Amino acid sequence: MERDLICINCPMGCSLHVVLDNDEVTSVTGNTCPRGKAYAISEVTHPVRMITSVLPVDGGAIAVVSCKTSQPVDKERIHEVVCAMKDVRVQAPVAIGDVLVSDIAGSGADLVATKHVPCKGQ
Amino acid sequence: MENKNRKQLVVIGGGPAGLAAAIAAKKSGLDDILILERDQCLGGILNQCIHNGFGLHTFREELTGPEYAARFIRQAEELEIPYALNSMVVDIDQDRNVTYVNEKEGLQTVQADAVILAMGCRERPRGALNIPGYRPAGIYSAGTAQKFTNIDGLMPGRDVVILGSGDIGLIMARRMTLEGAKVHVVAELMPYSGGLKRNIVQCLDDYGIPLKLSHTVTNIQGKERVESVTIARVDENRRPIPGTEITYPCDTLLLSCGLIPENELSRQADVTLSRVTSGPVVNESLETSVPGIFACGNVLHVHDLVDFVSQEAAKAGEKAAAFVLDGVPESSVQIPIETGGLVRYTVPFTVDPARMDENQVVRFRVGNVLKGGFVNVIVDGERKIHRKRMILAPGEMESVTLKKEWITPETREIRVETEAA
Repeated sequence: MERDLICINCPMGCSLHVVLDNDEVTSVTGNTCPRGKAYAISEVTHPVRMITSVLPVDGGAIAVVSCKTSQPVDKERIHEVVCAMKDVRVQAPVAIGDVLVSDIAGSGADLVATKHVPCKGQ
Repeated sequence: MENKNRKQLVVIGGGPAGLAAAIAAKKSGLDDILILERDQCLGGILNQCIHNGFGLHTFREELTGPEYAARFIRQAEELEIPYALNSMVVDIDQDRNVTYVNEKEGLQTVQADAVILAMGCRERPRGALNIPGYRPAGIYSAGTAQKFTNIDGLMPGRDVVILGSGDIGLIMARRMTLEGAKVHVVAELMPYSGGLKRNIVQCLDDYGIPLKLSHTVTNIQGKERVESVTIARVDENRRPIPGTEITYPCDTLLLSCGLIPENELSRQADVTLSRVTSGPVVNESLETSVPGIFACGNVLHVHDLVDFVSQEAAKAGEKAAAFVLDGVPESSVQIPIETGGLVRYTVPFTVDPARMDENQVVRFRVGNVLKGGFVNVIVDGERKIHRKRMILAPGEMESVTLKKEWITPETREIRVETEAA
């Protein structure tokens, strides 16, 4: 299999061409530096992304609290993780670092608050 | 010192620039500081930038916007720096009288020994873009839509077209997709994107959202609410090419077409502004044309990375503290920094050989993409820096470091330039 990628390490944006043989990278071309090769390999073998979103807060000074996954999750599982957030509501107060959902959608990552939300009126 | 209407330092704006400036000023010996913030909390725009990628330079880790802001807010609170929220500054004059208004105190005027301008920037609105068509509901700047979704928990629309590929537009393309909206297309007038590569890959490519370069919006249909948006390809003079129109049925149009430093207050104080940056012209101390008024962050020039805002603002805080504590320096020689090649501007614009830092950071931007070229610094005809750069791009702020030993009061020429390969 062959894949074409754009390297995101720097503004050069090199066009990378990756050749795979049974999930094994056999060649990377088009990169100008070693970081490009490393990016290409991780991107075709195991792409991961951080997910950030918001959850509604009951009784909070603001309507929603921002949150993130505690670690990057597999790229193809983004949709599952986002769907699992859909019906979650949290109760004020919330502090940065509070775990709002543990092991969300079985991704291995917790959903963690990234903002302080005090109770309404405080 | 406890005169309510007199302060050593007033910082206008409690975003990343204002916070870093106030913290540095306090650490440099100022006790009597007031931060004036018009929003209901400190942190500025970072509060709505819930994505990650902030702080790699400052903290060596990838934080979200609110987390990055919280670290500075905590520091300001630990240092017991006073701040007033919901407080809108309505006037500054050349004698550094700062007039602000809020619900509790009414109209107040504070005489400040020094002022730091840290008001940030705002988005270019539809009215400045000359987009034809109706004026229905459903047209937002990308940052407004970001505030709705990330602070208020409201969705601005379900079917979205985005004009402009600035980073906020790209971030919002992903954000609205994750919230269940359909983002049909991002149209960009220029033949290159205004946003970071990383955002194109992770916000558009990951979700299959097409980016159409050299395209613009030629019509907006719908009387009450946006019903559809038409885009067309543009020629090299950025004029739409007839016959290339595509119409997207949608309910929302987001605009991400550039940021403008917010300098109405600077103008009221008669601060000289640059036509290139739309921000104040500053010297090596980040001091404007009005003595004792300093500027930093996006009000000075629009940054890509908040880490650089924090660094620049800390410098402004130190310099403002020195101004207050050491008194007004004797009249100084200001040597302009000239630009050459693709360099559009530098910050600072001028340096005083006596007052400059041993290693003076000079930030600049280029006006076009240059691959494999050089950045040169020339002092009186002598090339002091000749640095090869794989790539220089308009979207990436660059910097060079001037050494104090190179520059004397007799220096006639300092030039920062690019040189093609």
